[in-house]
Amino acid sequence: MTLVGELSLWIALLMGVWAVTLSFAGGWMRREDLIISGERGLYATAGFVGLASVGLWTALITSDFSVKYVASYTSANLPTIYKISAFWGGQAGSMLFWCLILAGYGAAATFTNRSKNRALMPWVTGTNAAVLLFFVAATVIASNPFERLEWIPPDGRGLNPQLQNPAMAIHPPMLYLGYVATSIPFGFAIAALITRRLDAEWLGAVRRWALISWVFLTLGITLGMWWAYIELGWGGYWMWDPVENASLLPWLTGTAFLHSIMIQEKRGMLRKWNVVLVVGTFLLSILGTFITRSGIIQSVHSFAQSNIGAWFAWFLVLAIGVTVWLVSIRLKDLESKAELEAMISREAAFLYNNLVLVGIAFSVLWGTLFPILSEAVRGTKITVGESFFNAVNVPLGLLLLALTGIGPLIAWRRASVANIQRQFAFPAFLGLLVGAVLFVLGIRKLSPLMAWGLSGFVTGTILQEFYKGIGARMRMHGENVLFAFVNLVARNRRRYGGYIVHAGIVILFAAFAGMAFKQEHDVTFADGDTFKTKDPFGREWTFTSEGISRFKALNRDVVAVSLRPTVDGVVQPVLTSEKRQHFDTRGNPTFQEATEVGIMSFARQDVYLVLAGTVGDRAEVRINFNPLVAWVWIGGILMAVGGLIVMWPQEERQRQGGYRTELQPQHAEAATV
Amino acid sequence: MHPRTKFLLGGAVVLGAAGVLMAGAIKDTGVYFLMPAELEAKVAQDPTMVGLGVKVGAKVVPGTVVRDSSGRQVSFDMTDGTATYPVVYRGIIPDTFSDSVEVVVEGRLDANGTFQATTLLAKCASRYEMAPEGYEAMRKAYENGAKPPHDTTAALPHDTTAKP
Repeated sequence: MTLVGELSLWIALLMGVWAVTLSFAGGWMRREDLIISGERGLYATAGFVGLASVGLWTALITSDFSVKYVASYTSANLPTIYKISAFWGGQAGSMLFWCLILAGYGAAATFTNRSKNRALMPWVTGTNAAVLLFFVAATVIASNPFERLEWIPPDGRGLNPQLQNPAMAIHPPMLYLGYVATSIPFGFAIAALITRRLDAEWLGAVRRWALISWVFLTLGITLGMWWAYIELGWGGYWMWDPVENASLLPWLTGTAFLHSIMIQEKRGMLRKWNVVLVVGTFLLSILGTFITRSGIIQSVHSFAQSNIGAWFAWFLVLAIGVTVWLVSIRLKDLESKAELEAMISREAAFLYNNLVLVGIAFSVLWGTLFPILSEAVRGTKITVGESFFNAVNVPLGLLLLALTGIGPLIAWRRASVANIQRQFAFPAFLGLLVGAVLFVLGIRKLSPLMAWGLSGFVTGTILQEFYKGIGARMRMHGENVLFAFVNLVARNRRRYGGYIVHAGIVILFAAFAGMAFKQEHDVTFADGDTFKTKDPFGREWTFTSEGISRFKALNRDVVAVSLRPTVDGVVQPVLTSEKRQHFDTRGNPTFQEATEVGIMSFARQDVYLVLAGTVGDRAEVRINFNPLVAWVWIGGILMAVGGLIVMWPQEERQRQGGYRTELQPQHAEAATV
Repeated sequence: MHPRTKFLLGGAVVLGAAGVLMAGAIKDTGVYFLMPAELEAKVAQDPTMVGLGVKVGAKVVPGTVVRDSSGRQVSFDMTDGTATYPVVYRGIIPDTFSDSVEVVVEGRLDANGTFQATTLLAKCASRYEMAPEGYEAMRKAYENGAKPPHDTTAALPHDTTAKP
């Protein structure tokens, strides 16, 4: 199978050339036979990439250590699930994985459009095939996962224990599924620019792909945070590492696009901007890959330095060049069809939403690239840390949170005083109430207070929308509350799915603010020792050591410390943290020691235990109280669920394509977002 | 005023504020990222550099790692081949740290020329990729019937308990 896999990759390369050439030629000469042949070329490329992937998976699962990749990332005693996930655990395999997803997406895009958007499709297929061709070529030439070893080791090196975690098995594929999905909208954007069909047609085709990308990125980022939190043992989930930032960037611009697309649909505005966002999102996901692969920026996540970075650098230059040229010759076709009419309007709120999202993206990009930029300009590398990102992004984030509440409720074109009073009286009251109550309870830190006050405000807007919608259904259709809720969401997926996403955002922001109150205690425990402290909520905790245990498990030696906590005198389940030394089939230790943290999760906070080391019968531990962390995961999942609801196909009812400048009613309630 | 102009003004205010925040944050929190040789040159040039917060990227000198048994402190030498500095780090030691990794330390040089680190990031090349020498070493190890090439044998969990 290894040979079949490698051969398939080479055939895929040839098929890719075929697909690109025939598609572009067919589009240029408007010859349907060439176009069809190009599409078949893309399907064939996808098929052979799939076969190559099966080849690598077979080698991994059957532990064929003659393949360097298999010997580098797996060992005979590795659980099968991690043999499967080792596919994307290393450089070469993850390149092939990228090809596999791109091939699947590309084929799906061509297939679902086989009887529509025919003018666009040859260019879409050609562009997608070109991007795929680039990735297949980079894989085959610069980073071949089928590279053989002349001497076959009896066992492989195994997978780093930090990566032996269920979250780590699915986090990279989620991110890749998100990253790669940005290239399909890019294909449509290029096709629309070439064919000058820059109206709603390409946007309609692109919206679902943008959503797919957004949902997977959301899930991927959330899983990444979760993995860092439970596996890395420093007590947080986000440290503004370049690789984390790289995943956030396309998410931010993708989010901006999902909002600005509505403005073009309704009002025909922002036509240039939307092209820029689509292309920008794609380029940022390539840039993210480039940062991870090239090692040009110091990151804990970096892959080994390799020449694959140069491939991505050239690809970026080429893609930017082509896009700038195409946009410049199509500027006339991208003229806006309407003007902003008033500052107090939904258009303006959305414009500011875009401005803030792109502003955040820019500051994150700037902070990430600053070491390179400062070296180029001033000759010395200067790095910025967490405090830079927080200083900039906390104020911008709060502004964004406020807009999350304002945007969906304010009227299109020009909001009247009556509209504002009707829509915002209750949410504003709720926000102020939350702020006041927390202030009375003794919270004096400004940013958390504002974050929670604004969370109250946005929650007010969402509750009000659901209350109105459910009430209307109950009156008109005589449904009970639950049915009315389900039908309301099911029949207006874009609008109410969007509100569910917003609810997730609110929860996420409220949870972020909680970390401002975290506590950290370094404690030494002899057997039977007790440590007393107060948590951020003022409750009394005691931790009593139940001693250190040392034992052998499946593929590791373990040193564990167990603490028995009580809160306000109530006994809690035992909390355990471990140091694990993994070993291979011959009993030799592999990799460094891995720390396994102990976490007790409650709605209000996590208690987080890290074993730093042991001295005789004494254990050195760190105990953290991390307020509201569980809500980060809940918020992230809720956002993804909301995104799925928005994305789910719905029979078209009254909605027609194109902008409906003259049809749009003045008041906001009828607006379907 | 035209709404478009108003929006652009508002946008300029938002972006301007963000720009000011960014510039301020870089001024307040930006730190030099240096190699040991560069740090040495900087200190020679300007003695006030001692005590200034910097980040240093370097390789750990094999054999110099001394872990405090508590697991809360480690000292080692770092080098880029030209200059070498002793480092003392206090805090939880990351799992990826070991004898021959690349590290990024943040902290300051004290008067004795020891680097007092407050953060320690370990970049473990073997985490994702096998270096060519890793493969060769593995091959030799197997051919000699010895243990595979992992420096971690020195850091077995039992070792920490055995030390005084």
